[in-house]
Amino acid sequence: MKLSRKWLQEFVDVGPVNDRDFAEAMTISGSKVEVTEDLGAEIKNVVVGRIQKMERHPDSDHMWVCQIDIGQAEPVQIVTGAWNIHEGDWVPVAKDNSWLPGGKHITRGNLRGVKSKGMLCSLKELSLDERDFPYAVIEAAALLNDYKPIDPEKPSIPAGVVPGHKIFGSVRAAFVTKVESLGGGQFAVSCDSGGTYHTITTGLANIHEHDTLALDTKTEHICTLADLHAEQKEFPHCIPDGIFILHEEGIQPGDDIRPVIGADDHVVEFEITPNRPDCLSVIGLAREVSATFDLPLRLHDPEVKGGADGSLMELLDVETPDGDLCPRYTARMVRNVKIAPSPKWMRERLRSSGVRPINNIVDITNYVMLEYGQPMHAFDYRYVKGGKIVVRRARTGEELTTLDNNVRKLTPDMLVIADDTRAVGLAGVMGGLNSEIVGDTVDVVFESANFEGSCIRKTALALGMRTEASAKFEKGLDILNTLPAVNRACELVELLGAGDVVDGVIDILNYVPQPRTILMDPARVNALLGTGIDPVDMYQYLERVDIRTEAGDFPSAPAEVVIPSWRADVEGIADLAEEVARFYGYNSIPNTLSTGLNQRRGWTPVQQAENTAGALCRAAGYSEIITYSFISPAYYDKINLPADSPLRNSMKILNPLGEDTSIMRTTTLPSMLEILARNCHYRNKAVRLYELGRTYFAKNDGSGMAGEPKVLSLGGYGGGMDFFQLKGAVEAVLEGLRIPDVRFEAETGNPSYHPGRCARVFRGGHLLGVLGQIHPAVAENYDVDCELYAAELNFSALFENMGGAPVYQPLPRFPAVTRDIALVCDKALPVGKLEDCIRRGAKGLLKSVSLFDVYTGKGVPEGKKSVAFNLELRADDRSLTSQEADEDVKGILELLAKELDSVLR
Amino acid sequence: MKEQLEAIRKGALEAIESAQETAGLEALRVKYLGKKGELTAVLKQMGGLSAELRPVMGQLANEVRSSLETAIEARSGILSQKALEARLAAEAVDVTIPGKQPPMGHKHPMYSVLDEMKEIFLNMGFEIMDGPEIEQADYNFTKLNAPENHPSRDWTDTFYLKEDSSILLRSQTSPMQIRAMEGCGVPIRMISAGRVYRKDEVDATHSPMFHQIEGLVVDKGITMADLKGTLNAVIREIYGPETVTRFRPHHFPFTEPSCEVDIQCYKCGGQGCPTCKGEGWIEILGAGMVHPKVLRNCGIDPEEYSGFAFGMGLERLALGRYKISDMRLIFENDTRFLEQF
Repeated sequence: MKLSRKWLQEFVDVGPVNDRDFAEAMTISGSKVEVTEDLGAEIKNVVVGRIQKMERHPDSDHMWVCQIDIGQAEPVQIVTGAWNIHEGDWVPVAKDNSWLPGGKHITRGNLRGVKSKGMLCSLKELSLDERDFPYAVIEAAALLNDYKPIDPEKPSIPAGVVPGHKIFGSVRAAFVTKVESLGGGQFAVSCDSGGTYHTITTGLANIHEHDTLALDTKTEHICTLADLHAEQKEFPHCIPDGIFILHEEGIQPGDDIRPVIGADDHVVEFEITPNRPDCLSVIGLAREVSATFDLPLRLHDPEVKGGADGSLMELLDVETPDGDLCPRYTARMVRNVKIAPSPKWMRERLRSSGVRPINNIVDITNYVMLEYGQPMHAFDYRYVKGGKIVVRRARTGEELTTLDNNVRKLTPDMLVIADDTRAVGLAGVMGGLNSEIVGDTVDVVFESANFEGSCIRKTALALGMRTEASAKFEKGLDILNTLPAVNRACELVELLGAGDVVDGVIDILNYVPQPRTILMDPARVNALLGTGIDPVDMYQYLERVDIRTEAGDFPSAPAEVVIPSWRADVEGIADLAEEVARFYGYNSIPNTLSTGLNQRRGWTPVQQAENTAGALCRAAGYSEIITYSFISPAYYDKINLPADSPLRNSMKILNPLGEDTSIMRTTTLPSMLEILARNCHYRNKAVRLYELGRTYFAKNDGSGMAGEPKVLSLGGYGGGMDFFQLKGAVEAVLEGLRIPDVRFEAETGNPSYHPGRCARVFRGGHLLGVLGQIHPAVAENYDVDCELYAAELNFSALFENMGGAPVYQPLPRFPAVTRDIALVCDKALPVGKLEDCIRRGAKGLLKSVSLFDVYTGKGVPEGKKSVAFNLELRADDRSLTSQEADEDVKGILELLAKELDSVLR
Repeated sequence: MKEQLEAIRKGALEAIESAQETAGLEALRVKYLGKKGELTAVLKQMGGLSAELRPVMGQLANEVRSSLETAIEARSGILSQKALEARLAAEAVDVTIPGKQPPMGHKHPMYSVLDEMKEIFLNMGFEIMDGPEIEQADYNFTKLNAPENHPSRDWTDTFYLKEDSSILLRSQTSPMQIRAMEGCGVPIRMISAGRVYRKDEVDATHSPMFHQIEGLVVDKGITMADLKGTLNAVIREIYGPETVTRFRPHHFPFTEPSCEVDIQCYKCGGQGCPTCKGEGWIEILGAGMVHPKVLRNCGIDPEEYSGFAFGMGLERLALGRYKISDMRLIFENDTRFLEQF
């Protein structure tokens, strides 16, 4: 919400508080200021000037050299290329060393040998347009002395054309002998059309003595480009643009231009929270300003003279059959409307508030909406068939073309303003094109209604047309505001002389609001805030925002207080506490620490395990990543999931941002691969990553909720990455979590992984996860040609299989005996089976088995391999003898031979 | 004989002094003091001496022996010191050659900040709770007192998984307030952090998935002064003990009174600069006293209990902390980024 400080000043006299202090005070009391703007900040050294004398530039066919009175002893000389100026005109003058909007710096210069000490400004150069100053519209005559033929060989008008030369029909060339300014943008042009003399009154602004016109001698009409069917490039300087000629009362040469063009205002933009729709208005904010600075609020009761012909009762009949959606409908009528631009002060305030001026009637509705926060609508009465307004639900299949020229298909849950036969407006959202205020509108109906918020919101949402009005209605407006607002509109009509107001008001109340009271209990407020504010002060703070006791006093005890109609957000003691705190000052409330401890505190065992798992991954060289929980369904194809894989049963987002983020992942693998691939494409060399992230599975228990199991995923490539490096990292994590009895099994059937380099990892019978090299075909789907590795570990399985705290084992007191054995076995036999067999074959002395070599080649038969282990044997109570050790090894070898057909090499 | 002994002493001492290697020194020891050494050979002649001369010569011979032994020992010390020095010199390394680092993983900067926050609250006696990301609208909105027409419920703002808008991706961590109150009862001192989702296109300051941290305290006699005291303590732990804060009124459906908390811009000290958009203050969190309706929705009597709640965005905290210019870096997971933290 943008607030003009000039407009605010009408209601609260804040005095000379600068924008920064003003913003700070308002922000601290709860009206957050987003930004403040000095509208004239960019304009410096630009003044009002009066053109004393104009001469054609001696060395240019289109420039003028002007002597301008800017209130100094001597006029300044300024050269301009604009043609719409005349001696005696008031113009904005950017002096030497001046600044214009957009950071444009103007300095003295030299234009074709003539000195120019500044610049005359157009509307655009002052950041204005014709809607701000409708009188500044420029129309141009087609001046024959500016004619440039498109084809120099075939000019339509001969060079050096003489007066009386026939252009076509009755149009003749005419030589201008004199131009006299009549004021108000009108000129008396004297010219000679070849012996015949004319004096013509015209608004065409670019005509000067010695110019040559195209004059229709029959109608005495000076031709424009359009009249000659000419293109702009044929008359390059006869353009509908030029200097902004000021027609303002009481200006003097040398006056600062900023107040003249309304750029002396300061605008404060507020962030208004949805609970405070009352602050979406100048009066609402003025109330907050008055409360913040503890200054009186000067409200004004609109006064309407009325007295136009006719009786409102006879002219207009309003029915509200759907009263549930229209708690109140208030309307008045204005006759003999004269559509015109609204006055400068109104245009300036609208513009400061971010609203473009259009015409007096439309501007009045906008002005009242800004001032009162009450959306208004104006209809052209002649299009309200039968003089009847019906506020009803739309009919099935009904259509309405709204003011923005779109055809809207309506449904019966939308509310329309209709006449006898058809909809003429979409209630609370936008008017209909069929009843728009136009140039020849004569009779106008002003509607000031209260519509049900959620109906308006749903309508606006369904049609995709949130408007200023709908945004206000959907938050719920003050039902008591409709009448003052419509009266204010009528008062403005009379003030602007825009029409005659018909006596009387149509006011239908389908819901009669009652004043609400709440029990104010100062002790509870202090208890909630942790303060010791005097109860009398509390009632005084409340009074600042119009919350008063019924007696209007400031007691020290609990009392009922009356809540103003515009404060629907104040419902209970907590709301009153906030109102008190706002003006007592949040920053005056003390700082204390609550006492008391909880049973539950600190890390839970699961959280500790999560922290440990992360630390272990990092210790293994893996860095943490964060990936999106939602993925594209196509990602399942990328990881080669079969069409019937249950993992494809993802929960779907019904309104995703895009396909890529449209389903909730059931596996973290595509997320990890996406990040590995991205790093690979960035040419990052050795990459190791981990994430502890959630996957999502529908619970199918009717709750609609999901199971959200966490997965610890690891991934990497490069830097010597291979299956065993990954496996080592996984082993380190499992060991760090004290998961005992870990077992790896070859996994050949996982479609995302290399069938020969993939394993499932178990603790006993519990599957913990899968790890391995990503299938080259999958890697190719990610445009990666190096070997990618990944592991996916089910976090809850890890947690459930964690071992307890370690128990100390006494250190060995007797030396160990080591034996190396090299076994020859079937090439396909997994080392794990040999190891398992060795452990089972030992008779209690074997303390460790470690693989140190796997060999195939010379000396080993085809189809076999040699596997070498280092065995460590030890007894806890004595030094082993060689015999004892050999006995044990013998047992091992026997079992190996028996079970796995593997023998000593 | 005396001359012989003196000659041996002189010759030997000279030889010992000029010995350059331990091996040469050992050879000298053998040469002079060994069983077949020169000194031994001289001593063997002692038998031919007179009884008077024998003790004199014996003493001299012992003197010579002992002086040679001392000289050998001294020289040996010097030589082994030299040998050590030579070895050390040969073993010298170029210390400017890079070290062999053990591989080291890095915590994601977002989670570094989160862990720091968790530690602060744990030390204040809070617990950490975790909850579902796929959530019921009831918990995300209704029980939090968000009106039926609240704009955040729009399908343009929140992701839904059911046509009737009953299931959604939580748009805030605040539903954890409800789950905590319903699930654990009072008193409560908890924080809950995690992923939240809003329908924002990805840009430098937005992401459809981001992280929040939520806090809730409910007990008898909890006041807004407690809210301020707690949050000020936390903010000063995060941003430093000199941090200036500002509490200003705001609106959230689930708290009343509500506030937003700003810290004075750490870059300009409140003068106004691009970092604080000229305001001199940077908004860091929202908070308030738990709305009586919310307490009642969770079966807690607002006449008896009160509480405060707060929530803050983690991304913004991490971005500010590490001066990260673009939120996209957080989710891009480029190792060149991750390895900086």
